[in-house]
Amino acid sequence: MAAWTDISGIKQKIADSSAEEVTASYIETIGKSKINGFTTMWDEAINVAREIDSEGHEGPLAGVPIAIKENISTKGLSTTCSSKILQGYVPPYDAHVIERLREAGAVILGKTNMDEFAMGTSTESSYYGPTLNPWDMDRVPGGSSGGSAAVVAAGEVPVSLGSDTGGSVRCPAAYCGVVGLKPTYGCISRYGLISYANSLEQIGPLATNVADIATIMDVVAGYDSRDSTSINRENTYSDALKDDVNGLKIGVPEEYFGEGIDEKVEKAVWDAISKFEDMGATYEKVSMPHTKYALASYYIIAMSEASSNLARFDGTRYGYRAEGENWHVMASRTRAQGFGEEVKRRILLGTYALSAGYHDKYYLKALKVRTLVKQDFDRALDNVDVLMAPTMPAPAFKIGEKIDDPLSLYLADVNTVPINLAGVPSISVPCGFSGDMPVGLQIIGKHFDENAIIKAAYSFEQNTDHHTRRPPEVA
Amino acid sequence: MITKEEVEHVGWLARIEIDEKESDAYAEKLNSVLDYFGQLDEVDTEGVEPTYHVADIVNVFRKDEVTESMSQEDVLANTENKQEGNFKSPRIM
Repeated sequence: MAAWTDISGIKQKIADSSAEEVTASYIETIGKSKINGFTTMWDEAINVAREIDSEGHEGPLAGVPIAIKENISTKGLSTTCSSKILQGYVPPYDAHVIERLREAGAVILGKTNMDEFAMGTSTESSYYGPTLNPWDMDRVPGGSSGGSAAVVAAGEVPVSLGSDTGGSVRCPAAYCGVVGLKPTYGCISRYGLISYANSLEQIGPLATNVADIATIMDVVAGYDSRDSTSINRENTYSDALKDDVNGLKIGVPEEYFGEGIDEKVEKAVWDAISKFEDMGATYEKVSMPHTKYALASYYIIAMSEASSNLARFDGTRYGYRAEGENWHVMASRTRAQGFGEEVKRRILLGTYALSAGYHDKYYLKALKVRTLVKQDFDRALDNVDVLMAPTMPAPAFKIGEKIDDPLSLYLADVNTVPINLAGVPSISVPCGFSGDMPVGLQIIGKHFDENAIIKAAYSFEQNTDHHTRRPPEVA
Repeated sequence: MITKEEVEHVGWLARIEIDEKESDAYAEKLNSVLDYFGQLDEVDTEGVEPTYHVADIVNVFRKDEVTESMSQEDVLANTENKQEGNFKSPRIM
């Protein structure tokens, strides 16, 4: 059936046939997939769909198939962070977002591929091998939520969940030509999300269109006492689905169009801003002078937090265990054999940055620079409603092109990581092409002002047709 | 500059076994990243407070009440290394 369908289209199909038939047709499509987007299929999916049929399709997502990133805990369904060290791990509990999705009647089809422990921009570091970009199978889908973006782009599922620590939802959304939202820090409970860098990351939805993003947010966002950083704040995201940007003030940060930007990406983003002007918005250039230091600050903080968060993977309670004559040797070998190269590099660098003699030089310095980056956002967003910039400075690169040079991979994240340091929300929407590869426009908002960016993104979608172009082989 | 010996020391702190053959290669790759991190030295952070997180909350407490927790069976379901309801690991000392 490979087709780009929105949630309302799916609901119509369910009403005309059944949730069981819709689920079965998606499972059949996934069975023929060439992109390696799914890692594990859930063998209960069809039974859940049958149950939903017998209960009369109640709930806002009744019968709607969804795919879940490998780092979000699903009770009874393998959750491995695409790592050897978690092979065989089956969570005994559901993440908060999964509880919400199940209550809403969503049908979880399976888990999607990612960079190991979400550390990457290409989904090449997965223990399950790389996911391919449906637009060009020689290219990466982006990362780390590459599987979640690629399966939506390929029509293998209408919506998915990813997680975004430094761009991991927005990057693959841009590279695969779909919509992806990184909500405000504290907006969605991280309970059950396997931590990489806990002060930076948020779970976020991916879909073919903005309305579906709002629909998923209405289900998964909200307070949860099990995440101590969860913020108690009510919001209806679908209220923002209005075609109206009249009087919207847009800020365009010059630093996001820096060295190395692809000309066609730059043009597509400026064309999008002109389109917003035609639609009644105004724009002004703004300066965010600490942007160039955001990347180093981000990586130091992320690696430091990772070195602590990933200490739990020691072979004692779950996953892979190597042999060793005492616990220390067992744990050191388990981790040497169970983690991939990039994960080990980041843990080593994080441990180094936190160690005696280097803590102030690296970690504390990075936290202070984080304050300056955040102040750039506070100042810029004081005068405008939203900021707009390219999500990624260039389109998806070739598989194998950057994987052996960590620094060149890190540099690809230059426009996405500042947003995580500041904790503000950001949505990536398709805004054109560079050659045959999609380009993403990033719309950034104030803390908890998701509705402003959803409204802007929705309006753009109503007045353009970039999002209607499909990858080859997808009807 | 991180030396080969420091790589091995950090490997021990992080409980990641690194053999001598690997430590040169690690040192090289880690140094290229550390060089990049060095650019933060340019930033004047005199008097700037660090930001550990951006959530507008300080301490989050809950009532000290007994609530339902995961069963011992569920907690131990992901390991074969268990004994009498506990995780079993090699000796620590």
